[in-house]
Amino acid sequence: MTNDNKKAPSNRVVILGALSAIAIATARIYAKEGAAIMLVARNPERLNALAADLRARGAAQVETAAMDLEAAANEAAKHMADWKTRLGGISHVHVIYGYLGTQEKASSDPAELTRITSSNYTTAIHWCEATANIFRAQKSGSLVVVSSVAGDRGRQSNYAYGAAKGAIALYTQGLAHSLAGTGARAVAVKPGFVDTPMTDGMKKGGAMWASPEKVAAILRRAADKGGPIQYAPGRWRLVMTIIRSVPSPIFHKTKL
Amino acid sequence: MTAHFHPSDQLLSWGRVIREPHLVARPRFTDEIDGLLSAFTADAPGLAVGLRRSYGDSNLNPDGRVIDMSGLDRLISLDLETGIVRAEAGASLSQLLQVLTPAGWFLPTTPGTRFVTLGGAIANDVHGKNHHVAGTFGNSVSRLKLRRTDGSGQELTPGDPLFHATVGGLGLTGLIEWVEFSAVRIPSTDIIGEDASFEHVSEYFALAAEKKDAFEHTMAWVDCSKGGSRLGRGIFSFANWAPHGELKPHREEPRKRMPIDAPEFALNGLTVRAFNSIRHDLKSMNHGPYRQHYEPFLYPLDAIANWNKLYGASGFYQYQCVLPPETALDGTIELLRTIVMSGQGSPLAVLKDFGDHAPVGLLSFPRPGTTLAVDFRNRGEDTLKLMAKLDQIVASAGGRLYPAKDGRIPAHLFQSMFPKLQDFRGYVDPGLSSAFWRRVSA
Repeated sequence: MTNDNKKAPSNRVVILGALSAIAIATARIYAKEGAAIMLVARNPERLNALAADLRARGAAQVETAAMDLEAAANEAAKHMADWKTRLGGISHVHVIYGYLGTQEKASSDPAELTRITSSNYTTAIHWCEATANIFRAQKSGSLVVVSSVAGDRGRQSNYAYGAAKGAIALYTQGLAHSLAGTGARAVAVKPGFVDTPMTDGMKKGGAMWASPEKVAAILRRAADKGGPIQYAPGRWRLVMTIIRSVPSPIFHKTKL
Repeated sequence: MTAHFHPSDQLLSWGRVIREPHLVARPRFTDEIDGLLSAFTADAPGLAVGLRRSYGDSNLNPDGRVIDMSGLDRLISLDLETGIVRAEAGASLSQLLQVLTPAGWFLPTTPGTRFVTLGGAIANDVHGKNHHVAGTFGNSVSRLKLRRTDGSGQELTPGDPLFHATVGGLGLTGLIEWVEFSAVRIPSTDIIGEDASFEHVSEYFALAAEKKDAFEHTMAWVDCSKGGSRLGRGIFSFANWAPHGELKPHREEPRKRMPIDAPEFALNGLTVRAFNSIRHDLKSMNHGPYRQHYEPFLYPLDAIANWNKLYGASGFYQYQCVLPPETALDGTIELLRTIVMSGQGSPLAVLKDFGDHAPVGLLSFPRPGTTLAVDFRNRGEDTLKLMAKLDQIVASAGGRLYPAKDGRIPAHLFQSMFPKLQDFRGYVDPGLSSAFWRRVSA
């Protein structure tokens, strides 16, 4: 039923958290290019549905691994080695999984606070290290990690999420430094507001909201070029520069 | 994660006349459908909608629940040997073309926009410029999966009564989960077209009859600003796929975007007349065949995202009817006269002859005859009065209106235009409804 593409894959890509709206849009870009793709997320039926879609859209090969990425993070190196074998190599790794949660709940429920921190930071760094070790050894490869503009300044509305996303950007930036000169790269991409199921329920629309497809195009490009910290879309760099520079006495009067 | 219903005041149909709040859920995976459908009841019915290119109120359920299907857009299987495609109902024709055209396949037929979902194409049993050859989209559907609000689900094939209620059934018989249809071979992604101008609408009919056997794509633009000897003057376009050439998909993103509503004066009678006049002069100078990619030929308006904002903040109506062959000439003349006298016509009037295909669905719009489509900017009472006049002409000519375009037809007229409505009622899922359905089924 599916078209087996006999050509060599354009890239060999691992996507962690493959079932989010941004991840699906990213995977479709790679599929159209004819890449070999490893999809990793929890739900096996959903992974299979997405895999069929990507094959029909031109992917040279699609593999799936159903797992809880947080629980499996301690064995990241083992899994990455396995996926490398299955794909015949790895050129790009996208770390996309994460958890928004709510600050209100995080402030009263330790489990929520732990989950936000674990999903967005403390488990993600193990996948980053496992990736970096492979890339360092092969002297090539791009690691692209999804951070958030929420990580640029602590704000009352989401500082648990913001702190974790800020930390993962800092970690990735450090990895990029450590990989400098090896031929491998690491990039943290900071999206602003994205119109996804994760943000349904917020008031949307207007110039500051981007589609998952737009963000995916930036993630894909970040795998090829650009500095270790990128914004998606790019205008958020200016916006966050301004927000970071607002003095606390003024900032504290806002409800941001 | 699982989708939930969230309040939204931004759910509009393409005509943007009705602005009412809805509760909207956007599932990304088919396993979310059951949970969402279970919230639909006879007392609080819901509706599944696609990219909301229907103009009136058939895709609205004010103060009620709506499932936005556009996230369920996965290809399930694609056989590039046979052209059989199975995809989730939220997949857009635009996405499908991206995959089909490089392999030498095309949609069996397509409406004038590629931004419709497969589910919407079935629910409205859409037609295109090749109707006289290909019939409607429903003619190419071999199987579909329908989910009902009682929790049941079934695969339907042509011949099943529920299949023929679902095709053209405006989303009222159940939620369409996926669709399987047959694509058609194309030798290239270019078309070779020609234009012929005509000075009066009566000449249109001879042209349409003359070209229908030799050309797959036919349609005419009609000028709604001139009366008398130039009533319904226009351009007849006819085209076939170029027999040789490259296989290249369209550019996915629209080139331009209407960022805001046009001001009220932007599309007044004067601009409309100027627009039509220029189009007419330009086109009558060019008589030779031209070669172009399918995109500008089949989807001229898709180049501008949100072109519907051109009609201003109060929105617009599209009026589309079909008249049977016996009454088509006189009826079309009378319709155009009435439109010209009103001075409310837009530049976007289109004429097209349908073929003799038997309708697939109980409520399918196309029937043998001639279809006319005109846009009217919403000027409130005046516009409604004009369309009521047109209704009388259509009804006495034995014609019917297109539910996908309608936002105001009275129940008794709809019932007289669609004789199979009584059969159809028996297949409606009691947990589904729309503003359109509540109006016309009363």
